[in-house]
Amino acid sequence: MKKADVVGKEKSWFYSDAVKDHFFNPRNIFKTKEEAQNYKADGVGVIGSPVCGDVMKIWIKVDAKTDRIKECKYQTFGCASAIASTSMLSVMAAEKRGMKLDDAMKLTPKDIMQRLGGLPARKIHCSVLGDKALREAINDYFKKTKQFHRVKEDETKIIDTALKITNKDIEEAVLEGAKTFEDVQKRTKVGVQDKNCIPEVKKLIEFYRKKHFEGSE
Amino acid sequence: MKHVYLDHAATTYVRSEVKRAMLPFLSQKFGNPGSFHSLGLEAKNALDASRKKIAKILDCNPEEIIFTGSGTESVNLAIKGVAFALRSKGKHIVTQKTEHHAVLHTCEWLEKEFGFEITYVDVDKHGIVKLDELEQAIRKDTILISTMYANNEIGTIQPVKEIAAIAKKHNVLFHTDACQAAGFSEIDTKKLGIDLMTVNGSKIYAMKGTGLLFVKKGTPLQPLIHGGAQENVLRAGTENVAGIVGLATALELAQKERKKESKRLSNLRQYLIKGIRESIPKTILLGHPVKRLPNNASVSFLDVEGEAILLRLNENGICVSSGSACTSHSLEPSHVVIATGMPYEVAHGSVRFSLGKRTTKKDIDFVLKKLPKIISDLRLISPVELGKKDVGL
Repeated sequence: MKKADVVGKEKSWFYSDAVKDHFFNPRNIFKTKEEAQNYKADGVGVIGSPVCGDVMKIWIKVDAKTDRIKECKYQTFGCASAIASTSMLSVMAAEKRGMKLDDAMKLTPKDIMQRLGGLPARKIHCSVLGDKALREAINDYFKKTKQFHRVKEDETKIIDTALKITNKDIEEAVLEGAKTFEDVQKRTKVGVQDKNCIPEVKKLIEFYRKKHFEGSE
Repeated sequence: MKHVYLDHAATTYVRSEVKRAMLPFLSQKFGNPGSFHSLGLEAKNALDASRKKIAKILDCNPEEIIFTGSGTESVNLAIKGVAFALRSKGKHIVTQKTEHHAVLHTCEWLEKEFGFEITYVDVDKHGIVKLDELEQAIRKDTILISTMYANNEIGTIQPVKEIAAIAKKHNVLFHTDACQAAGFSEIDTKKLGIDLMTVNGSKIYAMKGTGLLFVKKGTPLQPLIHGGAQENVLRAGTENVAGIVGLATALELAQKERKKESKRLSNLRQYLIKGIRESIPKTILLGHPVKRLPNNASVSFLDVEGEAILLRLNENGICVSSGSACTSHSLEPSHVVIATGMPYEVAHGSVRFSLGKRTTKKDIDFVLKKLPKIISDLRLISPVELGKKDVGL
């Protein structure tokens, strides 16, 4: 049973001036599709899926001597806050002398949000994925330059709070051949108790299926 | 800034005739229809006259109309009212997947809190309910079928007459949510053969917070709001006299004008769709090519997200709505678009243009001038490049 709270926690649905500015005038974008195709990046990272409604792709150029990001370009499929947050991230990564890679690896959604002057609460989870894409791009750079010891994969996240099932468990089930939510549930019991996680699990299944099997079926 | 309002399916402005009809009942003829004095009588007469006016349009008795506070309330009264009245007879309700949340959430609540069973019938790729499945879904304990007349998102018009005939054949009550259709479609309850029908004011140029439920005489119904004898004890509370007078005026005008206005709007709508198709690649028209509300153009733009399109249009003074996840409170993309078998990618990029009385060709030209650049700008910064084949089209 829900407790009455007419106003709710969310104060406003509308965006801050910084979000609007970056949404209407996104920084560090490619002028043409060709420019994106021909861009010589030192590292590239992609996160998200069009199924979930957000995809972010980040290209970085790195100054090997200083270990700093020289240039940060991106493309975003998503809503206004997704576009604005990636735009802001690209500014943060390359501003001044460029961010040290180790610092860039530690960027959090909160850092980006602060610079944006906040986001509506329900937008945070889905739209600030840029930091993860940036980490992937840096990892990609580390792999390309054979600095494997510096590669840091993203941590796992608990999806089903009742059974402590993580995104990695769901990914594993998909890799083992589970195709539908029912398949995954049979293997993991995900969503049996914690029914609230079911929509997210379904999205993850679609995402991992796209990630691992797209084009192969 | 110039405003081009293309969100009439969300709500309409109050037209001047309606405003004029309502005004006397705000400060001069303000009586309570339940009072035994001249002011009360004056209000009661206005109420009765409005009810008669509407009864004539719906081809029913004035006693068969219950005034409510919104379309959502009417839907709640219809479904919960019948469910509670007939729960000893049966606890099964048939509806379909593209219903408004007013219907879906009401059904879910009955399921969860009172153990009702609900069958959500599929629709085809155009959003038309599958009649064979609907008929097969009917059981011995089915007490109600509820399907919308026309869809609020994609504009698909349902075969309400056929559904009513199926309901009748199986001796099951039939409710239709006609909120979107009342301005454009036939709402003669006898010709349609329906038992309950929801109409609201805020889509037909009357006030928000006005609605009605047609309930055929003899239909078992429990009230949801108790505390007075108003509306034949089926909906307590002092009547919103001004709102009701406005609703009656609006409905009368809408039905009088509907053929002419439908023709004008569907021409404009086709002009918009044609313009979009010619100037923007990779677009998908959602809903039915022909059986759709004359004012509805729902389009999905591949590789871009609906909220982003909406806000960039808004920046140009163009008001529309989107079925993208980001514009819904659940963060799930439109259940309607998904129910038609479209993939999530398509739902995320959906935009609804809904035209209205004030919409002109000039407005559409303005949209067609602004939209292509908005889409190409957003596509330029999008990493997604789907072909129509990728989404199964």
